[in-house]
Amino acid sequence: MSRSQALLAWIDERFPLSTLWKEHLAEYYAPKNFNFWYYFGSLALVVLVIQIVTGIFLTMNYKPDAAQAFGSVEYIMRDVPGGWVIRYMHSTGASLFFVTVYLHMFRGLLYGSYRKPRELLWLLGVLIYLCLMAEAFFGYLLPWGQMSYWGAQVIVNLFAAVPIIGEDLAVWIRGDYVISDTTLNRFFAFHVIAIPLVLLGLVVAHIMALHEVGSNNPDGIEIKKKKDAAGRPLDGIPFHPYYTVKDAVGVVVFLAVFSFIIFFAPELGGYFLEYNNFIPADPLKTPTHIAPVWYFTPYYAMLRAVPAFLGSQFWGVIVMGAAVLIFFALPWLDRSPVKSIRYKGPYYKVALALFVVSFLVLGWLGTQPTDFLGKLGGTDTAVILARVFTLVYFLFFLLMPWYTRIDSHRPEPERVTG
Amino acid sequence: MGETTVSKKRRYLLIATSAAGGVAGVGAAAPFFISMFPSARAKAAGAPVEVDIARVEPGMMFRAEWRGKPVWIVHRTPEMIESLAATDERVADPASKAPMQPPYARNRYRSLKPEWLVLVGICTHLGCSPSDKLAAGPQSGLGEDWPGGFFCPCHGSKFDLAGRVYKDVPAPTNLEVPKYRFVTDTRLLIGEDGGKGA
Repeated sequence: MSRSQALLAWIDERFPLSTLWKEHLAEYYAPKNFNFWYYFGSLALVVLVIQIVTGIFLTMNYKPDAAQAFGSVEYIMRDVPGGWVIRYMHSTGASLFFVTVYLHMFRGLLYGSYRKPRELLWLLGVLIYLCLMAEAFFGYLLPWGQMSYWGAQVIVNLFAAVPIIGEDLAVWIRGDYVISDTTLNRFFAFHVIAIPLVLLGLVVAHIMALHEVGSNNPDGIEIKKKKDAAGRPLDGIPFHPYYTVKDAVGVVVFLAVFSFIIFFAPELGGYFLEYNNFIPADPLKTPTHIAPVWYFTPYYAMLRAVPAFLGSQFWGVIVMGAAVLIFFALPWLDRSPVKSIRYKGPYYKVALALFVVSFLVLGWLGTQPTDFLGKLGGTDTAVILARVFTLVYFLFFLLMPWYTRIDSHRPEPERVTG
Repeated sequence: MGETTVSKKRRYLLIATSAAGGVAGVGAAAPFFISMFPSARAKAAGAPVEVDIARVEPGMMFRAEWRGKPVWIVHRTPEMIESLAATDERVADPASKAPMQPPYARNRYRSLKPEWLVLVGICTHLGCSPSDKLAAGPQSGLGEDWPGGFFCPCHGSKFDLAGRVYKDVPAPTNLEVPKYRFVTDTRLLIGEDGGKGA
């Protein structure tokens, strides 16, 4: 036995190093027919690491203090060596986190990755998505620009719309009667420690659940049903080295895009860093147009689309919350006998296409003022559009039990098809 | 597993201990929960302000300060109150549909009592403080048909004597009405309404 083998044996008697390596990499069998859509899980993990590392270095110079926050960010951008690139990595990473997660979720919708036996895997994923939204929201206040301030104002006021306890709830969240230094300080605490801890725990749980049930694949069939004499899935290949190498290629391409944005378009035309956020927060000056960053705009458009009812704005808040939470129900809404869109019928294909269109249109509407398309019969055209697409968004989920049941389907293959 | 020999007494002890532990856990969470409410300092800075309005004559305006913002208290004359009927069609949101006031001020006068107007004196456009042009007519410098109101010198937004914004000016909404209540007929408490605004 060589020295290194002896060392490994010594460790393995005290810590399951080889076992972990085998279970999660060298002998974790993933379907051999992964395609382009299967890059985004590992890419999201890469972005998570980027966000944590750049975040740690940003906290070394950032001051969570209403009087100093904006200045400290400018200090990082101008005076701290390398500060600007670290900050742009973090701000670009935030947006690309949502890009990868949205594409990762879309992959789930394409191939039925939320179906039995992966319900918990999907639920953990939706929880990660919720955490990510909270993380982005808390983090957005920290630069203490106009959009930070007024965006937080709008979102915290959503809680004030809750009947009876709303006003107290909003005060409890802010720790003050207005968004203030206190609010900034606590949002900093949530952003740098509370939410990231939960997020990491959920990511570990997500991967554990994945490795327990095994990955889905573009055919939506279970590779564990056909095994060789040694008990290995016939259509599986070890994650390492096959998929580590494949994912590495994805990471290289992703980092090229990432670098291009950081070096050539860090604000991405006001979509990644809003122009109003280069003006320090001013509680006395409301910007004429308040819009969240692009990844929240579909929900923001829904919020604005719901009219006040019985003198309360709360219904819009409910609709917005339901639009996110409805993802939890997905595993139990799909009644199709097949998982993958490859074998599903035209109803599901049309429904998914309409859903994607409504998500994109709502996202676009949410970036604009409500009157930017003029009026139609006394109501803003953009609001009418938002109502229509909000309805489409919800019908995708609410009608799913019916249209997936009556939809036609083709038989699934016995083995994966490449 | 499958062992069913645990005595009932032990099971009860276990349940009682777990319940006591649960209660202690909730108790331990309390300080964390209450720590997120406004501190004594935040409360002091955001406390309601009591104003004596006995000496504000009809047609006069008094400026108070609350949470660092100017608050205007206008004693409206009957003519001023009447002018609101005339401005109904010149303002953008005559019925105060936008949530810029507590529910009890969602009326034509935008106030609890028609003769007393209470407003946060900050333009809803870009946060300048508008000037009071309470008097009607040409001496306001705003033309013959000016019925009295407020004029923001920064970008020309106009408001009527209920703080309602005129049509086609930069300000998007009516001026904000803060929470308030009358402690007595001549004392006004700004920033608190006894829960009616919730």
